[in-house]
Amino acid sequence: MTVFIIRRLMQSILVVFVMSFLVFGGVNLVGDPVEMMVSDEADQEERERVIRSMGLDKPWYAQYGIFVANALQGDLGKSFVYGEQALGIIVQRMPATFELALAALLMAIVIGIPLGVFAGLKPEARTSKVIMTGSILGFSLPTFWVGLMFIMVFAVVLGWLPSTGRGETVQLMGIDVSFLTFDGLSHLLLPAVNLALFKISLVIRLARAGTREIVHQDYIKFARAKGLSQERVILVHLMKNIMIPVVTVLGLEFGGLIAFSVVTETVFAWPGMGKLIIDSIQSLDRPVIVAYLMIIVLVFVVINLVVDVLYSILDPRVRLQDVKG
Amino acid sequence: MSAADGGAPTLSVRNLETHFFTRDGVAKAVDGVSFYIGKGEIMGLVGESGSGKSVTGFSVIGLVDPPGEVVGGEVLFNGENLLAAGEERMRQLRGNRVAMIFQDPMMTLNPVLRVDTQMIETVLAHDKSVSKDEARQRARDALGQVGIPSPDERLKAYPHQFSGGMRQRVAIAIALLNKPDLIIADEPTTALDVTIQGQILYEAQKLCRETGTALIWITHDLAVVAGLADRICVMYAGRVVEQGKLDDVLDHPVHPYTVGLLGSVPGHNTRGQRLFQIPGMTPSLLKLPRGCSFQERCPRADAACGADPEITQPVPDRNVRCFHPHLEEAAE
Repeated sequence: MTVFIIRRLMQSILVVFVMSFLVFGGVNLVGDPVEMMVSDEADQEERERVIRSMGLDKPWYAQYGIFVANALQGDLGKSFVYGEQALGIIVQRMPATFELALAALLMAIVIGIPLGVFAGLKPEARTSKVIMTGSILGFSLPTFWVGLMFIMVFAVVLGWLPSTGRGETVQLMGIDVSFLTFDGLSHLLLPAVNLALFKISLVIRLARAGTREIVHQDYIKFARAKGLSQERVILVHLMKNIMIPVVTVLGLEFGGLIAFSVVTETVFAWPGMGKLIIDSIQSLDRPVIVAYLMIIVLVFVVINLVVDVLYSILDPRVRLQDVKG
Repeated sequence: MSAADGGAPTLSVRNLETHFFTRDGVAKAVDGVSFYIGKGEIMGLVGESGSGKSVTGFSVIGLVDPPGEVVGGEVLFNGENLLAAGEERMRQLRGNRVAMIFQDPMMTLNPVLRVDTQMIETVLAHDKSVSKDEARQRARDALGQVGIPSPDERLKAYPHQFSGGMRQRVAIAIALLNKPDLIIADEPTTALDVTIQGQILYEAQKLCRETGTALIWITHDLAVVAGLADRICVMYAGRVVEQGKLDDVLDHPVHPYTVGLLGSVPGHNTRGQRLFQIPGMTPSLLKLPRGCSFQERCPRADAACGADPEITQPVPDRNVRCFHPHLEEAAE
């Protein structure tokens, strides 16, 4: 396992390197940030001064070289807009997004799995049909619309929950978190549900499909023939088997939650990375875009590694070894 | 040895009926099956695929999956009617007083749980007063009993680390854990190769003799039954067509189906000759002929076979469902 992890880390470095090239190259192809930065009335001298200050006078490969050299020292460049370290700006926003994504993930697991297992065990029951129909809605309703409806109903009409911001935060190990205060929790609830809705539906479907398949396996019947209680058969013998696909998919989806919580963050004015990246793309703030994408690449790499390790814990047949050649 | 020699039978099944309510109609998978089995006795339940032998086993233990349903009869286990018992009572009996071994050892153990987990839980499900260490001890002893080397190490292994034969031994060890009065073995050696099969048969026989556990051995392999059982039940299309002492039935079969079945076993003296085969195919349970279900394939069938044959005893200690039993040979 140690060998596997070391090998994977080395592969990850390669992935990060290739991604940095693609991202940097890609960003250089879209738009000209100078047009955004410099006012129309500026003269040629002024323009050139700005271009030089941003390092845009050098050819692209030289720019990339400087970027890599700086990146290795932890410097991903200064934001054109804020004039601060791009990495710093993103890291500052990261806890908000992580908190939101984790809350959504937790909901997907805690709500999705029991409902899915129930629907799988009793496929003919009316409740199961309601659950499955609900999951189709969760899949197909657009996130932004659901978010707006949530605000309409719970914030505007009923006035139960706030519609924007993170609310009161407290420091937990040097990081601002919302979920430890009542006010913060009430702010977290709507965006988290909004973000989780799709994932809950996904988990319901996965858990149901898994249950329906596993429940007919001989080893479930054998477990019953051993005289185990129904609870033990379901919670241990069945659950541990359906968790394998659920963990795999949720791992990948968690990366997606972090990277693409943009819509929810925008609707609920949640001060996270998603909102930052949208603003940065609009103002062609290259260093922030590049730094953001690099961080997302890292997040995915780490999550994939964690999923692989979890997988081997859940399924003893999986050995953490690379296939050679 | 059998109930006829005195003492109440461990299991007595009377007129058991298990029907499958399918979209195309009702399939009578088990249709009026009766048999008994005494303490320490081994009964071979023989029949072709689809003859209802496995369903009979699952009906006894109360694990028939929908759309199947036990609709009639009695299953008396140590005098208690299991068909009237509630789900919790059945749970208490399963794996404790009545154990079951399945056909495919590759599928009976949960792939993601360690062998010790799967064994210890079987002990703890029936006796909460046992400590985990004691339960582990018992699991280890059971593994040793079925001939698994270095049981301590093997307890910590996962099922995929065992071969098929070893897995079936583990399954048998699990069945033995709580020293049941009855074990129902559903074709447990069908998926194994012949040498392993021999070892397992030997162990099974020894255990029954030593512990007084009654054993129902479900199989389609007459050779297996011949080397193992005390008595034999031959099933055809959901009914027991002939049952009696093993040697009697094998030497002098009375029902035409049993005669055909035994005739189609290849042997030394049939070498080079065409093997006998029973004409036709097992009828679909949804389209059984009226009366005797074997009549369409039976060389002795006539107009009388259009009525349901009752169970008769044409020779002593033998139950047969047939109007025209082979009594000439039996009388020799």
